[in-house]
Amino acid sequence: MSASDGVAARAVDVWKSYGSGDAAVTALAGVSVDLEKSRFTAIMGPSGSGKSTLMHCLAGLDDVTSGEVWVGDTLVTGLKDRGLTELRRDKVGFIFQQFNLLPTLTAEENITLPLAIGGKKVDKAWFDVVVDTVGLRDRLTHRPTQLSGGQQQRVACARALVSRPDVVFADEPTGNLDSQSGAEVLGFLQRSAREFGQTIVMVTHDPNAASYADRVIFLKDGHIVRELLSPSAEEVLDTMKHLDSVVAVPHV
Amino acid sequence: MFKATLKSLLSRKLRLVLSALAVVLGVMFVSGSFVLTDTLQRSFTDLFSSAFANVDVSVTPKAEKGKQPEPLTPQAITDVKSVAGVASAVGDVQGSARPIGKNGKVITTSGSPRFGFNWTGTGQEKIRDGKAPAAENEVAVGGYLASTGGFKVGDDIALLTLEPKKTFKITGVYEYAGGRDSLGGELSVAFTEPVAQQLLLGKKDVFSGITVTAAQGTTDEALRDAVAAKLGSGYDVKTGAVLAKEQADQINEGLKFFNYVLLGFAGIALFVGIFIILNTFSIIVAQRTRELALLRSMGASRGQVIGSVVLEALVIGLIASIVGLGAGIGIGALLAKIFSSVGGTDLQLAGIGVPMSAVISSFAVGMIVTVVAAVMPALRASRIAPVAAMREAATPDRPLTKITITGALVAAAGGTSLAFGFNQASLPLIFGGILVAFVGVALLTPILSKPMVSLIGRLLSWSMPGLLGRRNSARNPRRTAITAAALMVGISLITGVSVVLTSATKSIEKLASGQLQTDLIVSGEGQMEGEAATFKREVLTKIEKTDGVKSAVGWSQDGVLEGENQLFAVGVTDMPALATMFGLKPKSGTIAPLKDDQFALPEEMAAEKGWSVGSKVTLQLAKGEPKTYSVGFIWAKSQVLQGALVMPESASKDFRSDQIAQAFVQVAPGVSAADVQKRVEPLFADNPEITVQDRSAFVKQTTSQFDTVLLMIQILLALAILIAVLGVINTLALSVIERTRELGLLRAIGMRRAQVMRMITVESVVISVFGAVLGLAVGLALGIATVQALKDQGISEIGLPWMTMVQYLVVAAFVGVIAAILPAIRAARLNVLDAIAYE
Repeated sequence: MSASDGVAARAVDVWKSYGSGDAAVTALAGVSVDLEKSRFTAIMGPSGSGKSTLMHCLAGLDDVTSGEVWVGDTLVTGLKDRGLTELRRDKVGFIFQQFNLLPTLTAEENITLPLAIGGKKVDKAWFDVVVDTVGLRDRLTHRPTQLSGGQQQRVACARALVSRPDVVFADEPTGNLDSQSGAEVLGFLQRSAREFGQTIVMVTHDPNAASYADRVIFLKDGHIVRELLSPSAEEVLDTMKHLDSVVAVPHV
Repeated sequence: MFKATLKSLLSRKLRLVLSALAVVLGVMFVSGSFVLTDTLQRSFTDLFSSAFANVDVSVTPKAEKGKQPEPLTPQAITDVKSVAGVASAVGDVQGSARPIGKNGKVITTSGSPRFGFNWTGTGQEKIRDGKAPAAENEVAVGGYLASTGGFKVGDDIALLTLEPKKTFKITGVYEYAGGRDSLGGELSVAFTEPVAQQLLLGKKDVFSGITVTAAQGTTDEALRDAVAAKLGSGYDVKTGAVLAKEQADQINEGLKFFNYVLLGFAGIALFVGIFIILNTFSIIVAQRTRELALLRSMGASRGQVIGSVVLEALVIGLIASIVGLGAGIGIGALLAKIFSSVGGTDLQLAGIGVPMSAVISSFAVGMIVTVVAAVMPALRASRIAPVAAMREAATPDRPLTKITITGALVAAAGGTSLAFGFNQASLPLIFGGILVAFVGVALLTPILSKPMVSLIGRLLSWSMPGLLGRRNSARNPRRTAITAAALMVGISLITGVSVVLTSATKSIEKLASGQLQTDLIVSGEGQMEGEAATFKREVLTKIEKTDGVKSAVGWSQDGVLEGENQLFAVGVTDMPALATMFGLKPKSGTIAPLKDDQFALPEEMAAEKGWSVGSKVTLQLAKGEPKTYSVGFIWAKSQVLQGALVMPESASKDFRSDQIAQAFVQVAPGVSAADVQKRVEPLFADNPEITVQDRSAFVKQTTSQFDTVLLMIQILLALAILIAVLGVINTLALSVIERTRELGLLRAIGMRRAQVMRMITVESVVISVFGAVLGLAVGLALGIATVQALKDQGISEIGLPWMTMVQYLVVAAFVGVIAAILPAIRAARLNVLDAIAYE
């Protein structure tokens, strides 16, 4: 089985538990999901729902207890460190909540870092498009300490996009930003999906952030419990409120 | 607060180990030095008390100052025997005897004496194999000589004494109490009495001393007084116990110097250790900003924060001192063992003891050094505002202006002290100046590190990991600088010494090829030790007559007394020929053969003494009465012949030995020196201590001792460099911890483990090479300054040891790679998810 056409990343009956025996904690309990290409998908859920774990497993940052994870045509499950490293370098882009940039490098060097690590040439035209889209043209020679939090996060977005990965994973990308900077970043992610066809998967607990997505998946206790397409912030908030009453399908 | 500190300390074991290791090594060196010298001192004391065990009272001829003592006559023995309370009085004959090994070379020792004596049967030597010597051509040898030279009863042994090589038959091997081969590594041989007198004292029927034993009921002291009263002045009469103490004290004085040298290197090691500890605590405190600020926000006072850091230092210092003391005892014992067995001293070691001085100095040094190094970071820690706890722990770069100005001032102070030290020839000022200068340069390194690290880094940063490594090494100039400065100290000291030695070698070579017009040099072993082997005047005549020799000059040498001053003098066979060969130019008077009551001297000595041509000077030679000489001529300052009076050949007969100590040969034009050398060498066939060398071999022999000195210093300073390497490891390991999230990010976006390791390695190599470059620069400056100061001592050329310097640089780069291994592995093994989430 492979991720068929139109699917950028796929989880097949993924289980993830930490610890063993009585102390075992199940974070993911048989999650299966297809993440379509060129879509902006948000994964939502309360704390401890397993949304971050799902993202980490999909991105090859964490291994699964059972099940399969695919990114593009690559079966992630079972890859050794070297394979995972190359997957992260070539097929995946990351935007973390904070601490996305190396303080010793300029904005431009940070953006091209994944390419430099892989020894690849920078596609100048694409680089220009990305930089202009995030509006960092006049900040390229600055060090991270000379940039605001929003600017830093936009540099992180540009870095995630510049290598044209199969999927960009964003882990609470606006969690540390004020609302205006957050809106800029989210708007940029939305445009990347719509205009450049970039697949984006974002983990968030902010209904407003989720409302930028084309598709919102709700997780609770390690299960996918709901899904909304292009919802408004109110719809998301409403769903979250009622999530408590939703009873997860008991796992076997 | 106390509990919180201990908890924090124990929770970071790696940090504890790393910061303690530098102290442990330094303390180990200190306590090891004390334990070693203490053990050796007690061993030597034991040695001499057993050497004089059966001597109650000893009589030796009293030597008048500057004069050779006249040997004792049999009459003195008869006189002593007549004293009441004397049980026995035996005449001793003792003198230099050097055995020739089976390979035809003279057997040498590492400082222990080589001597012969008369077999009396009353000494402590007991025959182990064979029997005592009875005939003129028979000897007995000590067990140590037998085992060293592979001799056994029945073998022939050739010996050099006052006379050239003579061969004897070994009739016996003797040992000392407890079956020991020797008392202290000495090589001794026993002759029959008449032979001993002739060969060792040069005269029949004379003795070098009398060993007296007391009859029952007579104390040693009473006996000493009785004997002294009987003999009158002109004799030294001492009890065996006093004699043992005197000799032991003499050796122990030498050991004290040895101890100072070791302690000096321990001091350097600790000095370097301070850099490391200072750096470690700085980094730890920086990393604990949040923890400390949290304590502050919960109401801990500044004093308590300082207290907690100092307490941590005290605990580390205490543990390190204990471990260092233990390791030092082990090292001291090991070195003593090596000294006694491998060192060729065959010394019976007294039990290993731990002197109070070792314990006190270990704890004082270990704790004080650690606390001193921790106080500065503690003060800084206490200034951290509590709000910093809530913010990102990115400490902004503080400006380097203050530290740079301080550094410049301190370095200038050190340089001034150094200059004064050279000027006044004051060692404390010189060493103090060097230390202060090091501190100054260390304070200047942060400002230097920016351009230099970027320059060195450029050579290594062709790839992204390399670039990141370079940037990392530049991101905290202070940290990089102190780490590099620690390495600088050791390397600059070695470089400085190399510069001085290379310059000395070059000066000697230049002298030899320029001014020295002699083709062959004949000299004996032991020129440097002051007891040179010599040869007979007839041999010099034979050299002169050898085919192809144009001229040959020889001299005998000795110390002479001018009033209270000991001067070095040579008695020259042919003054004009010597002046030609040495290129001597007259300063005043004319260079002519010296009359029997004349001497000549160099310009600088004449100036110092205030003598001019015609000045009358009274000199006391080793033999005879004081005699008045006049200054015949004064030669212009020469590097070849300085610091010596030149006396006429006739003066030699009043020297301790009138034999020739050195001879210089000029070959006739068109004749090859090598051919003449081949013809001259056979003249010394029976005297293996004398070598005939051409000029370049002579220079090589003279300068080869520098290589030994350099090697010794390199070995001792290797410790300082080892500690500096620990510093690099320490800095890297702590940086890796500090940059955990960064490393996590890099791994998350696809950096391979190998690339992470390369990044850390580049950082390490940049720091190490930076330290080496600094060290080379400071070492060059130190070395050149020393050479300039020694210009008057004959080091006229500046020679730079380029090859050695390149080697140090390569070693430093290699050291960088080694130091990076553990931190790099640690960095590469980081779990990506944990690292990203790391707080």
